[in-house]
Amino acid sequence: MADRSGIELVCPAGSLPALHAAVDNGADAVYLGFRDGLNARNFPGLNFSAADARSGIEYAHRRGARVFVALNVYPSPSRWAAATAAVDAAAEIGADALILADAGLLAYAAERHAGVSRHLSVQGSASNWQALQFYRERFGIRRAVLPRVLSVAQVERVIERSGLEIEVFGFGSLCIMVEGRCALSAHVTGESPNTHGVCSPAHAVRWVERPSGRQARLNGVLIDEFAPGEAAGYPTLCKGRFEALGSIMHALEEPVSLNVLDILPQLMAAGVSAIKVEGRQRSPAYVAQVTRALRAALDACRRDPASYRPPAVHAAALERLTEGHTHTLGAYSRPWQ
Amino acid sequence: MKLSVGPLLYYWERSDVFAFYRALAPAPVDSVYLGEVVCSKRRALKQADWAAIASELSAAGKEVIFSTLALMEAESELAALARIVSASVTIEANDMAAVQLAGGRPFVAGPHLNVYNGQTLRLLGALGARRWVAPLELDAAALAELLAERPDGMECEVFAYGRMPLAFSARCFSARVRRQNKDDCSFVCGEDRDGLTVYTREHEPLFALNGVQAQSAQVRNLIDRVNEFESAGVQMLRLSPHSDAAVPFAQVIEAFAHAVRGERAVECPASALPGGYCSGPLLEARR
Repeated sequence: MADRSGIELVCPAGSLPALHAAVDNGADAVYLGFRDGLNARNFPGLNFSAADARSGIEYAHRRGARVFVALNVYPSPSRWAAATAAVDAAAEIGADALILADAGLLAYAAERHAGVSRHLSVQGSASNWQALQFYRERFGIRRAVLPRVLSVAQVERVIERSGLEIEVFGFGSLCIMVEGRCALSAHVTGESPNTHGVCSPAHAVRWVERPSGRQARLNGVLIDEFAPGEAAGYPTLCKGRFEALGSIMHALEEPVSLNVLDILPQLMAAGVSAIKVEGRQRSPAYVAQVTRALRAALDACRRDPASYRPPAVHAAALERLTEGHTHTLGAYSRPWQ
Repeated sequence: MKLSVGPLLYYWERSDVFAFYRALAPAPVDSVYLGEVVCSKRRALKQADWAAIASELSAAGKEVIFSTLALMEAESELAALARIVSASVTIEANDMAAVQLAGGRPFVAGPHLNVYNGQTLRLLGALGARRWVAPLELDAAALAELLAERPDGMECEVFAYGRMPLAFSARCFSARVRRQNKDDCSFVCGEDRDGLTVYTREHEPLFALNGVQAQSAQVRNLIDRVNEFESAGVQMLRLSPHSDAAVPFAQVIEAFAHAVRGERAVECPASALPGGYCSGPLLEARR
């Protein structure tokens, strides 16, 4: 049974089995998207039909967990009707909250479905309390997911001044740019998180075997080349190896995952309401493992924050699931910046 | 069709900034955007310096607008924003914090506000937006859709020339590639007057690093499409400043001024920046 007394654990579900895995392993809430290209994980074979979402919500509610529906692309005029229909559908099947980024869509949801909580998506790019005031005053948002750009001290300040529930990312792939303001993928592939719900989309990826190694190309552009035997990562643009100042380097960021296990007491002391796990594109087995580990860590931290140490067995399990088998605190730690 | 000069995105020496704007006073542009959009640590110019530049440009008949920081994190940045809002006639809001503080006064909705549909555009219009700069990733078809839904009196401005601002981070990339971090940056971004070009491992220019901002290595140049934008209902084209090392910026302005007057197009001089020109997203240029 989920526990609401501490920081809420919000886990990803790209499918019904993943939702079951999250709920069964201790998620307080699960977030999902419909199969309509209107959320930030618009991948082939992923996401929910309305019927599956309804069944998932029933499953979660019976076990005391909540379900949030992400509708966090910025719809173009031609997709507007589909976007409002998706908001209506999420409300109709009993979603506990809508995760929205677009101001127009937030206004629509506030007017038509005032009773359904609105969360500002990380794609809303609100990284300070004045921006959050904007969304709170106009659309009555209850919660905001912060972009992965703030230090822990800055997160604390935002919580003090905003008066909103604040959700922060805790584990998974690391966006190093302000979410909602990154057009790197648009520049190279014509598709981006804002417009299409994708970054460095799979259909644009091509692997080329060369005697020198394996090349990862995105729409023809060489993102990296891996020597024989070297682990090859997905060609996300900000994790590529490029030439800068005459050296080949990960000019923007290495392939690495975010993991806040080490700083849970600080996040708890800062007043964070929820920790979000990235990864709706991941398998049910992955979701189960990450949820179990973070559940255990959050429980340990709540019991005794002063003597909290990341539970070793769970820390090791999470490390195996990170990109490049290495993790970072990202912007939470000033030296990273 | 009007022309604007966008905010200076790079960190130049103080004297170079003054010289750049002094040269703009007689230039054939209608509007000039001033202020720091990229990094709050860049303080070569104080608010009073910007105000002095603004007076000179206003006296020369330019519309002057103050652009606000795109990524706002610190209390000090919000305080600086409040000072800009209270001191300026018009701001370009690049974060909802600026819209919140502008409080119903006329403003320009900047390119980083994420306006992708008519509902959001009308909402900002009701809050005081009189002009909006289309997101850089919109293609011509998406822009046309949006123009059909704009409220009366809302002008549209398009980023027509310059290395495209693509992303912002908490991390300073100019420092990172020099093995430094932001808190100890020594203002190394000032060494790259037009950003630092990043190449693929096949030496194809890809990005340009400018402090916490990532730009395209390519200079977007839409001079051949001025008529297209004119008939689509765009009112203003933005030229984003670069140094004269790339190509004299005055020549770029002249070329666009000819183009918007409908005179026989003057060739835009070739760019010396790695990456050259492109007409839109890289994908378009590669086809």
